[in-house]
Amino acid sequence: MADKELDQGKRRFLVAATSVAGGVASGAVAVPFVASMLPSERAKAAGAPVEVDISRLAPGEQMTVEWRGKPVWIVRRTQEMLETVKKAEDKVADPGSKKVQQPPYAKNEFRSIKPDYLVVVGICTHLGCSPVGKFKAEPESFDSNWQGGFYCPCHGSLFDLAGRVYKNKPAPDNLVVPPYKYLSDTRILIGDDSKGA
Amino acid sequence: MAATEKQPVTGAGPFNGILTWVDQRFPLIQLWKEHLSEYYAPKNFNFWYYFGSLAMVVLGLQIVTGIFLTMHYKPDAAQAFASVEYIMRDVPLGWLIRYMHSTGASAFFVVVYLHMFRGLMYGSYRQPRELIWIFGMVIYLCLMAEAFFGYLLPWGQMSFWGAQVIINLFDALPVIGPDLSLWIRGDYVVSDATLNRFFAFHVIAIPLVLAGLVAAHIMALHEVGSNNPDGVEIKKNKDPKTGHPVDGIPFHPYYTVKDTLGVVVFAAVFVTIMFFMPEFGGYFLEYNNFIPADPLKTPSHIAPVWYFTPYYSILRAATEDFMWVLAAGVIGLAALVISSAKNRTVKLATAVIGAVLLVGFFTIEAKVWGVVLMGAAVMIFFPLPWLDQSPVKSIRYKGALYKTVLTIFVVVFLVLGYFGTQPVTPAGTLISQVCTMIYFAFFALMPWYSKMDKTKPEPERVTG
Repeated sequence: MADKELDQGKRRFLVAATSVAGGVASGAVAVPFVASMLPSERAKAAGAPVEVDISRLAPGEQMTVEWRGKPVWIVRRTQEMLETVKKAEDKVADPGSKKVQQPPYAKNEFRSIKPDYLVVVGICTHLGCSPVGKFKAEPESFDSNWQGGFYCPCHGSLFDLAGRVYKNKPAPDNLVVPPYKYLSDTRILIGDDSKGA
Repeated sequence: MAATEKQPVTGAGPFNGILTWVDQRFPLIQLWKEHLSEYYAPKNFNFWYYFGSLAMVVLGLQIVTGIFLTMHYKPDAAQAFASVEYIMRDVPLGWLIRYMHSTGASAFFVVVYLHMFRGLMYGSYRQPRELIWIFGMVIYLCLMAEAFFGYLLPWGQMSFWGAQVIINLFDALPVIGPDLSLWIRGDYVVSDATLNRFFAFHVIAIPLVLAGLVAAHIMALHEVGSNNPDGVEIKKNKDPKTGHPVDGIPFHPYYTVKDTLGVVVFAAVFVTIMFFMPEFGGYFLEYNNFIPADPLKTPSHIAPVWYFTPYYSILRAATEDFMWVLAAGVIGLAALVISSAKNRTVKLATAVIGAVLLVGFFTIEAKVWGVVLMGAAVMIFFPLPWLDQSPVKSIRYKGALYKTVLTIFVVVFLVLGYFGTQPVTPAGTLISQVCTMIYFAFFALMPWYSKMDKTKPEPERVTG
């Protein structure tokens, strides 16, 4: 075929049309691969509420239960421990728990339904490590005037005994209070706060 | 027929026949000549030029040992930890293969860091080798991903919590963050789904990409030719008779022999570590990783493996107060760019980017900036070929200013690395913050100090 018979406009159109169609098709092929990496139905189904017996938790002690693969702490706070929460007001970043890191019924001075029982998800809001309880008020390497609370070993974030984050620490938010309710005085249901029977 | 046009192969004794048969069907001799026997490399390569070939050797070692580990390892959250212990105790010589692989991982980073430092010293990233540098940096990124994915597989405490922290880095990104980290994990927490996919990335996806990138890195190198400790182009001075650079020698046999010596010395050091201190004081294999993963309890001290610690320090340096220092740095840099740029668009763009960053520093939480800084600390290596404005390539002809700055950079990198292995203390954080600023200043101010530096004239030819 001679050169002059070549329809360059038609060729450009066909190349462009093929490229666009091919691009769309390749994009569509990516969908199943990307989607397959999302949480499976089984992963979504896991996550039932957990019932906890707190009758044997002594004052000043902490227990950990697993809820949705995460640690949930229950701390039975003594009167002195509650005092340190009051004293920490000016040290913490969000003393009034304004950010929604808790259900409405835990948006109070001690971030709990009953002042003596703290229930929080034990996962640092920075990068997801589990902080450790340092309940004694004594000088620590991370704070010479430590009043007691939680210390995250990964990046040094500090939380008071209501799970409120200290100012100027890597963690931006207070610890999350999960939805929970009291089934009786000694039993808590974590992961469900619906009212009624 | 093409098959008969090629000259028969000579000089291979009894193999001449078979090699001729192959060469007439595959560019065997051509490849051999282009990349080995007739690839002319500068004659003045020194100690620092061992690490490229050593990196290839370690890559080979990791692939071979990895294949054999895969025969016994189980990528299942319920069985992974036990299967690694099974390899260590019950598989015949399984412990040796695993220690080769774990020591190999750290050796890979030692070799690659030294290889990169060689590039910094002799200006190997400068024009016309920018693309070699970029391919190399992508290799470095892949290597970090490979190491990160691989570290989850033993399913120990450090595996689990390390992955938890790094995946949560993505969580910090605005808007897409939470969905992105969920997609990476494939679950709401690091779980069996995460382990299984990390296994897939570690054993097939990333190694394939790495192999391709290594090929691209070497092809680009052989296209433009190697740099050397003098930083002068040997291709400028060719023997008119042969057409080969007068300061070049064929890679084979000269450098194949030299590199073999390098491999022997490297292997001696490697096996000493592998047999006598495979954990290397907790730096190559962290002690907490001998405890099975427990999603309810973070180890009291968590730190990444040593090769990530400089970046980890930078991540931890971003506190709220540090934002003020960062803001001052951005203002200073923007002022410098605006005062020295001639182009109006550049000035305007700098002002806008600077203003956006300043607003961002105080409206978006510090945690996000920690992640951004950490990412930037790795990515900032990419534009190096364009940041360096020095008239000479090699440190041999650069002035006292650049030598001082490079020394400080290396010290800062090591100090950041050290503090990344340590628990958080106020003093450690302060030092990391100072070092973070110096780290970024090394790159950000390079266009100015590399020009101010009093350089010596480059020689016409390489100097022995």
